[in-house]
Amino acid sequence: MKGSEANESWALLPHDADVVVEGRGATPEAAFAQAARALTHAITDTPVAAREAVTVTCRAPDRELLLVEWLNAVIYEMAVGGRLFDRFAVVIVADGDAGWQLTATLWGEPLDRARHAPACEAKGATYSALTVHADTQGGWVARCVIDV
Amino acid sequence: MDISTLTRLDDTRWRLEPSGRMRVPAVLYGDESLLRDMDDKVREQAANVAALPGIVQAVEVMPDAHWGYGFPIGGVAAFDADAGGVVCAGGVGFDISCGVRTLHTGLEEAELRTRQASLADALLSHIPAGLGSQSGITLGAGEMEAMLRGGAAWAVQQGWGEPRDLRRIEEGGCMAGAQPEHVSERARKRQRREMGTLGSGNHYLEVQAVDEVFDPAVAEAFGLSPGEVVVTIHCGSRGLGHQIGTDFLRDMLPAAAAAGIDLPDRELACVPLRSALGERYLGAMRAAMNCALANREILAHFAREVFADHFPGCRLELLFDVSHNTCKEETHRVDGRERRLFVHRKGATRAFGPGHPDLPDDLRAVGQPVLIGGSMGTGSHVLVGTEPTVSGAFASACHGAGRAMSRHAARRRWQGRDVVDELARRGILVRSPSMRGVAEEAPGAYKDVDGVVLAAERAGLARRVARLRPLICIKG
Repeated sequence: MKGSEANESWALLPHDADVVVEGRGATPEAAFAQAARALTHAITDTPVAAREAVTVTCRAPDRELLLVEWLNAVIYEMAVGGRLFDRFAVVIVADGDAGWQLTATLWGEPLDRARHAPACEAKGATYSALTVHADTQGGWVARCVIDV
Repeated sequence: MDISTLTRLDDTRWRLEPSGRMRVPAVLYGDESLLRDMDDKVREQAANVAALPGIVQAVEVMPDAHWGYGFPIGGVAAFDADAGGVVCAGGVGFDISCGVRTLHTGLEEAELRTRQASLADALLSHIPAGLGSQSGITLGAGEMEAMLRGGAAWAVQQGWGEPRDLRRIEEGGCMAGAQPEHVSERARKRQRREMGTLGSGNHYLEVQAVDEVFDPAVAEAFGLSPGEVVVTIHCGSRGLGHQIGTDFLRDMLPAAAAAGIDLPDRELACVPLRSALGERYLGAMRAAMNCALANREILAHFAREVFADHFPGCRLELLFDVSHNTCKEETHRVDGRERRLFVHRKGATRAFGPGHPDLPDDLRAVGQPVLIGGSMGTGSHVLVGTEPTVSGAFASACHGAGRAMSRHAARRRWQGRDVVDELARRGILVRSPSMRGVAEEAPGAYKDVDGVVLAAERAGLARRVARLRPLICIKG
């Protein structure tokens, strides 16, 4: 499964037991946002309305670990708030010697079990197949395995 | 998998000889066909696990193994704390103490079929299944603490279950050594409204008929007879376990570096068993085990209510409850001497043989029931543990059929509605909140469970007792 708009795209890549989420964009922030969209699409095919907003912040010593922290933050907000999100505004800044800090706004709506018919539940983001890198076209790729 | 890289020991045992950073070999169980069908990443992941400090004897890879994250799913690895051994959060996984329990109904298949559709509908409405489903149970802070310490015994005290269940649950229904103080607020918050929920993905509640008996004597000891109807529940520690896995995976990564552990894969982040973080993880993980035991006890209670409503007088008696994502301290004989080891089983079932002191009195003579979930169309199996000398796999067996195809590929190949209709034609009623979820769990996406358990038997991991055929499947 995949989706794209402008210079950004998300995809779900095959994995034996779980799913690999991938986001691509012109910047690391855009790639992170698209990876989170892939996470949502691992759960539902139904459009998710941007009716409510939640803000999250996380930190990590490098960009790859930051991707895991970011996706885990989204998973946590989904689980505790009973929501799905499909629009993300991500800002990543250097956090001094500590690495990177991410602040993001997530837009979504409460999970409607009948309408969204969730296929699975994201348990956590893993360090497997984890990569955040610039591709040969100058865009950014963010990818990892999600346990579902 | 390219089997030319393995040494064939016999028809069902293959060895990956130590090379590079591997401290011990890996032993893979399965016939040639199962091995050829495994992804090469299973071998790579087993080799990575074999490189961890303090690992003992070999990485054992079960016949249902498939590519996981860090550990292969179906991987068993034991570590000796006295030899610098480690505990690895990724070696247990996010769904801590995910497992299976099977209950007798005392009903015959013909009797059940008179109310099969009504029972399926009632189970769907009473068993919270799928993302976002809730049981109506909300735990306050004190109740959460008591649940994390008490496990299934706590659930029974609350009225969700029967005291006699406890003797048929591993650890008597309560995992000792739980330390709730090491469970984060985020983990507790995720679990607050998730007790008594099945979850999603490959988790299910099935009503099954005993289809075939392979070992009549052990089947009789287990109370299984052809045509008898049983209920099997597969689920784990829900959001609490998921968050504990997340929390400790993150904490173990820098701690591993600080301990001088050169990780072959970041997902194998681990710390010495004899370290403050290692002990904190074990305490939190054991609390999550109690959460899983309590959760399955509550779900069984809900199933009992539905069965009593449909079949007055029907009491579901627990055959056994066993987990397959754990790290447990156990005694095993290695190189002629008994050693205390921390055995990680990720997608592998503990399988104690006859005479094991940890078995309930009434099962000790025959051995532990080993409950193997198959796919919703192809059936499940009850096995029994064998003498520990038969296999060297730290008393472990497979845990399921194992996926043969990704969710992605399954979704492209099948429509959920078609799967449900086809199974209905075969007398199997599937109820699920998600047709896409059904497609991803289609029977064809899994390996042949009969082949997997036959290989387990031939390898001496466990012996087949009975095959279970699904009648109703409530899919999360």
